[in-house]
Amino acid sequence: MGKCFSTLQFHASRCDGCGDCMTACAQAKADTDDPAYARIRILPKTESGGVELALCRQCADPVCVMNCPSGALSKNGDSGVIDWAEGKCVNCLLCTAGCAYAGIVYEEAVGHVTKCDLCGGDPACVKACPNEALEYRTAARIFNDYADKEDMFCRGLAACHGCNSELLIRHTMRMVGPDSVVAAPPGCIPGMGTVGYNGQTGAKVPIFHSLLTNTATMLAGVKMQYNRVGRNVTAIALAGDGGTSDAGFQSVSGAAERNDPILFICVDNEGYMNTGMQSSGVTPYGSWTSTTPVGGRMQGKHTEAKNLPVIMAMHNCSYVATASTAFLEDYYAKLEKAIEVAKTGMAYLHVYAPCPTGWRFPSGMTTQVCRMQVRTNFIALWEYDPGNGLRFTHPVNRPEPVAEYLKLVGKYRHLSEEQVAHIQHTVDAKIAYLQQLTQMAASRGP
Amino acid sequence: MHSKYIIVGSSHAALEAATAIRLIDAEGALTLLTRDAHLPYSPTILPYLVSGRARPDKVVLRGQNYFRDNAIAYVPGAAAVSLDPALESLRLESGETWRYDRLLIATGAAPALPPVRGLDDVPFHVLRSMDDAVDLRQAIGQARSAIVLGAGLIGMHAAENMAKAGVAVSVVELQPHVLSGYFEPRASAIIERSFARNGVRLVLGQSLASVERRGEGCLATLADGKTIAADLLLVCTGVKPNIGFLDGSGLEVDAGILVDDWMRTSLPNIWAAGDVAQARGFWGGKVVNGILPNAVEQGRIAGLGMAGDAGVKPFPGAVPLNTYSFFGQQAISVGRGRGHAGAGCQIEIEESGDEAVYRRIVLEDGRLAGIATINDFVDAGIMWQLILRRTDLSPVKAAFIADPRRVGRQLMSQIWR
Repeated sequence: MGKCFSTLQFHASRCDGCGDCMTACAQAKADTDDPAYARIRILPKTESGGVELALCRQCADPVCVMNCPSGALSKNGDSGVIDWAEGKCVNCLLCTAGCAYAGIVYEEAVGHVTKCDLCGGDPACVKACPNEALEYRTAARIFNDYADKEDMFCRGLAACHGCNSELLIRHTMRMVGPDSVVAAPPGCIPGMGTVGYNGQTGAKVPIFHSLLTNTATMLAGVKMQYNRVGRNVTAIALAGDGGTSDAGFQSVSGAAERNDPILFICVDNEGYMNTGMQSSGVTPYGSWTSTTPVGGRMQGKHTEAKNLPVIMAMHNCSYVATASTAFLEDYYAKLEKAIEVAKTGMAYLHVYAPCPTGWRFPSGMTTQVCRMQVRTNFIALWEYDPGNGLRFTHPVNRPEPVAEYLKLVGKYRHLSEEQVAHIQHTVDAKIAYLQQLTQMAASRGP
Repeated sequence: MHSKYIIVGSSHAALEAATAIRLIDAEGALTLLTRDAHLPYSPTILPYLVSGRARPDKVVLRGQNYFRDNAIAYVPGAAAVSLDPALESLRLESGETWRYDRLLIATGAAPALPPVRGLDDVPFHVLRSMDDAVDLRQAIGQARSAIVLGAGLIGMHAAENMAKAGVAVSVVELQPHVLSGYFEPRASAIIERSFARNGVRLVLGQSLASVERRGEGCLATLADGKTIAADLLLVCTGVKPNIGFLDGSGLEVDAGILVDDWMRTSLPNIWAAGDVAQARGFWGGKVVNGILPNAVEQGRIAGLGMAGDAGVKPFPGAVPLNTYSFFGQQAISVGRGRGHAGAGCQIEIEESGDEAVYRRIVLEDGRLAGIATINDFVDAGIMWQLILRRTDLSPVKAAFIADPRRVGRQLMSQIWR
């Protein structure tokens, strides 16, 4: 299978054209502030208002390389960078004729063509950007490391269009691998066929359909038996928020308090979506559900969601983290830790799972909804362990208004301005509370 | 011998075709037959081999490892002498016969020799192969004076190399200016002044009437009767496609092998690409456009077609393009220097510059038709795209004329976003 590479991403809407990236590049590459030496070129605003960029795209079918008569340019199979060999270059400029991006250019002051080399994987421009307009994307690692691994679920699972729970469990079990046993209490995940129909199984590893109320304790017992017979397996629960926060809570809480060696993943779609979109303990304020309707007396749910991942962190079990499928690198890093931790103690991952069917948004918008949950701070991505306390893994320092998220989701369509303001206040308070927790961790020291 | 794919040639068009075939068909037998004795190299690199800036062992475009890893048979020293389309076979100089399912002719071009009386009887050099370059480099080392016949790219490159090596050089050119295929007189004059300053004698607007042998060198007589004596004669009066071996094959040829927009020739299962092919010109007609980027693009199209890729896009048409360095200066030309005569479109030409810097922009109905600069870098790739896409520049015309580099980059960045 082919290889994927890390890349620079430019967010034009966040760029104010300050040019700090060009200065940083010129310094890194030629020890000067002269922008002529920069290999990234921010172009001033045009009449239409946008800031434009000229930068090497490190193409997969690089015409500059094809056009080079001296063999000075080549695509590096390890890094993906188009390498330029100064000793071979004859300065004929034919590479510039092959580039439609002005990614390789000649500057008289420099005296030869120059192009971006991604600073060997640590780009100076990204670090210099004050507006997070440049991002170094390393998600290619996920494909390189996991694309060839076996998918532990069968084809043809019957999840709804746009369901990210299916995406999530397939990613998760690729990494967990075949030496595992899965508990799946009632909810969407067994409902889509993972536990099978008519005596056929939907998974390639042992999977059992626990009760809503006993998932964590039953899984801990199964793990204990595997340990007893000398088999090292990852015992993993793929549960919904109902099976975790409401009916399932006493067993999850007990397992966390005992620090049983299991990996418990809560796939939080904010309610009982599989059985007709009833409200759960983690359904946010204002949400329409079938049990918190919108009518003359009610305007959606009038109580707040409980902050389940924080509650789990308060149990002091070995590892607790939140995650979003729009930030898979973040999730993969947490899942790697959780798998390791679950050999000896309890790891709890709380993954937010917007539901197109139950929340009423188009099925093609799931990842965008996930992304906006994070960008507005509606959810925060963090991790916790008893030794280091709580820390943000993807801090959003300049969040967008929560209204930008709410307007994407049909279950909030009825909200009044006061309700939106209330939710914004709740979000701000939640982030402030989490920030206090991170400060407590920092003041405690290592 | 039989191979599913046979490519005749080993330069850019041939190599890109091979790469393209292997993208689609990883296993079908693929053979490169080339007259040359060396591993693949670019004719474009030859002037740099003459100057010593590049070395023969460092300019290999694909090594044996590449051919082994991609299961490509590379057969050097294999000159094709005839083609039999009915039997789908090629005969080589060695007498060997190769049968193909799909054939690409990418044999490039060879020096075209001018009708100069006595040329057959004097020793002279050409510059089209690596062996030519090695010979020329050696000859320059022993010469004190030289005549370069033809002020095209190869001739001017070689004249510069010779001047830098301390040889007294005379360049004889029939046209009134150097590089007249790419540049207008005012631009050529900047280049001419630079050569004159560096001691190169330019004899322009003059043809060579005859040459005769004088010891190891020659004595050249110009049309006006003047004579020039030199130790070394280099003939660079253009090239002609290598199509001699196709005589009697029935393949349709004009100036080169006639191809359609998918590089298919008039006969089934035969493609042609690069300097040997005569393909759509961007402004109409069919042209031989002997430039490297053209060979790359055509080779890729031919290769994808040969491997049966359904997604192959047609050739958009040849646009002249040239990047040229001389005495540390840069000249760039994309598209054409004059407007389209008599087409009823509005032509605007903006020419600016001074003794050392030059810029000429040709717009047709508000769209870029050509741009040429000297010591004023523009991104040739972006200008080429603006021409091919027929991008309407009217909304930014004044800004583009003032700063084509910045505005061109902005436009392309917007298009890609």
